[in-house]
Amino acid sequence: MNYPPTAFWRRSVVAICAGLWLTISCGGCNGTKADPTEIVIGHYGSMTGSEATFGASTDNGIKLAVEEINAAGGINGKKVRLITYDDKGDAREAGTAVTRLVTKDRVAAVLGEVASGLSLAGAPVCQENGVPMITPSSTNPKVTKVGDMIFRVCFIDPFQGSVCAKFARESEKLKASKAAILTDQASPYSVGLQEEFEKAFIALGGSVVSKQTYQAGDQDFSAQLTAIRSSEPDVIFVPGYYTDVGNIALQAKKLGLNTPLLGGDGWDSSKLGEIGGKALDGCFYSNHYSQQDPSERVQDFIKKYSAKHKETPDGLAALGYDAARILFEAMGRAKSLGGADLAAELAKTKDFDGVTGRISIDADRNAVKPAVILEMKNSQPEFVTTIQPGT
Amino acid sequence: MSTTPPAMLPATTPFHPVGPVVTAMPFVIGIGAAFALQAVLPGMVGPYYSRVIGDIGIAMILAVSLNIVNGMTGQFSIGHAGFMTIGGYAAGMITYYGSFFLWNGASVHGGFLGSGEWLFAVSCIVGGLVAALMGYVVGLPSLRLRGDYLAIVTLGFGEILRVVLQQTNKVLDDAEAIRTAGWSQWFPPPVGAAIGFAGIPKYTNLFWIYTFVTITVVVAYRLKQSSLGRAMISIREDEIAAQAMGVNIARQKVLAFVMAAFFAGVAGGLFAHEKGVIISPKDAGFQRSFDYVIMTVLGGRGSITGVMLAATILTALPELLRDFDQYRLIVFALLLIVMMLVRPQGLFGIHEIWHFGRKRR
Amino acid sequence: MADFTQTLMTAVAIGSLYALIALGYTMVYGILKFINFAHSDIVVLGAWISYTTSRWLLPYFGVDFSVSAADRPLPPLWIAPVILIISMLTCGIIGFVIERLAYRPLRRAPRLNVLITAIGVSLLLQNLGQLHFLFGTSPQTMPILLPNWELASFTFGSGESASRVVISFVDTMIFATSATLMLVLEYLVFRTKLGTAMRAVSFNTDTAALMGIPVDRVISFTFVLGSMLAAAAGFLQVMKYPLNQPAHTVWVLLGLKAFVAAVIGGIGNVRGAVLGGFVIAFVEQFGAFYISSQYRDVYVFALLIGILLVKPTGLLGSPLREKV
Repeated sequence: MNYPPTAFWRRSVVAICAGLWLTISCGGCNGTKADPTEIVIGHYGSMTGSEATFGASTDNGIKLAVEEINAAGGINGKKVRLITYDDKGDAREAGTAVTRLVTKDRVAAVLGEVASGLSLAGAPVCQENGVPMITPSSTNPKVTKVGDMIFRVCFIDPFQGSVCAKFARESEKLKASKAAILTDQASPYSVGLQEEFEKAFIALGGSVVSKQTYQAGDQDFSAQLTAIRSSEPDVIFVPGYYTDVGNIALQAKKLGLNTPLLGGDGWDSSKLGEIGGKALDGCFYSNHYSQQDPSERVQDFIKKYSAKHKETPDGLAALGYDAARILFEAMGRAKSLGGADLAAELAKTKDFDGVTGRISIDADRNAVKPAVILEMKNSQPEFVTTIQPGT
Repeated sequence: MSTTPPAMLPATTPFHPVGPVVTAMPFVIGIGAAFALQAVLPGMVGPYYSRVIGDIGIAMILAVSLNIVNGMTGQFSIGHAGFMTIGGYAAGMITYYGSFFLWNGASVHGGFLGSGEWLFAVSCIVGGLVAALMGYVVGLPSLRLRGDYLAIVTLGFGEILRVVLQQTNKVLDDAEAIRTAGWSQWFPPPVGAAIGFAGIPKYTNLFWIYTFVTITVVVAYRLKQSSLGRAMISIREDEIAAQAMGVNIARQKVLAFVMAAFFAGVAGGLFAHEKGVIISPKDAGFQRSFDYVIMTVLGGRGSITGVMLAATILTALPELLRDFDQYRLIVFALLLIVMMLVRPQGLFGIHEIWHFGRKRR
Repeated sequence: MADFTQTLMTAVAIGSLYALIALGYTMVYGILKFINFAHSDIVVLGAWISYTTSRWLLPYFGVDFSVSAADRPLPPLWIAPVILIISMLTCGIIGFVIERLAYRPLRRAPRLNVLITAIGVSLLLQNLGQLHFLFGTSPQTMPILLPNWELASFTFGSGESASRVVISFVDTMIFATSATLMLVLEYLVFRTKLGTAMRAVSFNTDTAALMGIPVDRVISFTFVLGSMLAAAAGFLQVMKYPLNQPAHTVWVLLGLKAFVAAVIGGIGNVRGAVLGGFVIAFVEQFGAFYISSQYRDVYVFALLIGILLVKPTGLLGSPLREKV
């Protein structure tokens, strides 16, 4: 059975092994010597695999913030160095990557993950080792309950769910009494938001007439939308990512379903209008900020990001950018870069002027910030209203 | 299907006082080594490397157990991660909800070898039994299906499990809620749906991992040497000839599935209780199963030490390649292809590591 | 009634996609007896090549990518088939190269090795494609190549509850293109000398070689053919669902279901693959609509297990012969 390998492959084995040996041995030599003139921070995210687009956006946002702070002379004279590790969107890899960041690379703080499930895997490691972790976009309430080292800069599901429900029920534009829901059942973000929306919507006197689900990876929603069509709702709540929403809107229009769609911050991307086009006109979503916000902070970010990455930033990039900047600000104020000092300063963050709104960290280490409601008009999101937290 | 039941050989070996000692010896040595590992290693190499070494152990259990089906019996299962996940969920339910009933909270209870860890060890074994039951169910079609068709059924099993686990209830997270929970909260089980089963107390350590590695490896090795194992190997070599020799093919195949699933379930228990891991429905999908299939093929068909080596390499390699950044998995894939092309029989072929010192027959 | 018609139409469009991809799986399996796990990645590649070529080609026809999608003019109708053909040819070449470098050296190795190599190739393609200088990690929007004409529409009911069912140009083109390709393949496999050679190799490789059939060349050709069909499926997929995802779960599931389709139809059987594709799509769509959308994938896999248990070689598969 010993089939002789071809000469081509034998030669390439030698070449690859030699190359590998060189790089691995070199990877060791510029290793992890502590450099007193720099601050090392870590980011773990899905840089490959099916969630790669979210991980890459976040990483781009963080990198932009790092470059800015270094160009401005660093934090108290120290340059910031970012180490990014890929977790393939896999919980085990996420845990390993965070362990490596925290115990081997000895980072001062960790940023990540987008997916709540993976943040929940990494957070206990950070908590146990006393290294602060800021998740840019994990919305599940459980994440920050892990401990006093875990922070976030995005909304939590209950807030956003109630914002959407309130808007659907009370705004002049919708005045909905019957809602249909279309959830991605494989995505904790989507499921979490759906539950909170449903609770709040029913509490406000509305009724949910149809609940349909899809799986991450489905491209065809006709069956679900056909079922929703027969239930004749006033609004369809779609707590998904923009990657699905565009298709959903197109297919809904094709079915002659003119009910407006309503969604959360997962919708935010310039690609949304590009995919959905006119089909999305008259649909609403809640978000952290409006890209048309004339404020310098927002426009400056959009300009810099587009120049660097040749595409307009999505919500995840903006959140990654804000997470990094809040961290840098706290680092600038902190007595030392030790975990406890840094966490204490992070907890004090108040009215931070971020791209994604004015951010304050509350006692549960969650971000408190207003939500904006945007309406799609001519494939562009337009500002409708701001909903303050606690109302 | 065979028509006559197989004639089992009567045990003819007379009782020998040294016998039990010899039988227990590998377990004692292995568990002792695991104890030493737990005592020395984490302090020496730090949490990161001990975590990778722990992951290697879990991968070894999974790969060696899959090897009973794929390597020894010559069946082809690509649903191994499904068994792992179901075992993990079962074990997690026992420790999580058990801790609430016993100690009113799901945090780690007791120190090293304390009462919490014994609950955990028992839960892993129960997880294994639950997985074994699934293994029996999934093994049944193997009586009718051959080769690739069986593979596809096992793949389908993993995918169905993934979707079903997404439909589970939320994790109940305080003692009051658990006591008052009604049937509708316990069924479907409250294991957290899509986000995964968060909150399981994290008991897994090197001692328990390598204790279970020892048990798996010794059982697999003794199986290979026993008449049962020989019967399995005969099925791999030639099913019809094996049947003609009186091997009960149906029973052997199902037995292989049940054993493999049991150890996979145990490994799932270890996995679910590992720090920095949330067991989630995604784990049951076919992509994780592929990892273990690759290990068994790379290790060599039926070679236990070869498969252990392959598990070590394939778990450590992506970590070693971290510095390659986005090229990491490209290099990994290339190495995989090249290894297959250069050593089609796997690292050790059908041999064990100690066969190499001797003259090749 | 409207709902039923609507679901039926969706199932037909999706079924033809599944069938196209399933054909590639089934042809390779028929000849080499291994599951080509890298096949679904060729579908992705086909989609991305279509995207890249149209980004490159369309500006010559007055499509300005700097304005918003709604304001862009429609390119001439013949661009779509040109892009389809470019994508099919490129994927054909890539399929040839993969077979030559990765699978041919393993011709006499155990089948399991070839399978692992296929997984390796799949991993390689996925991760290569995600490199930022190739296709990158962000999803891209496929430019619109086909007009959204409504070929026919029916109205069911009246007044408030009236619902309309539309037969769109895109859906029709998807069905027509796949049907044409399947007919061409049918002709190729059952009516030409090359097809006879393919079937001979699939029946018994050694005997075919003794009869003077250039086995290696026939196998290469099979791969090229399968890859071209995959590319076509990728192109049609992005025509229907204009968001082009890199190595996303979308493609994994699509490939997996197409593979299940090939098995249900009887793997190795060309007509079976087509039948399987439609069966899967019908079960999936009608199950999702009439029972519950939560268990959509469960229906597919449960059907698979059910059919295999009743008829272990699939609907149209020939019974396995035991060789002693």
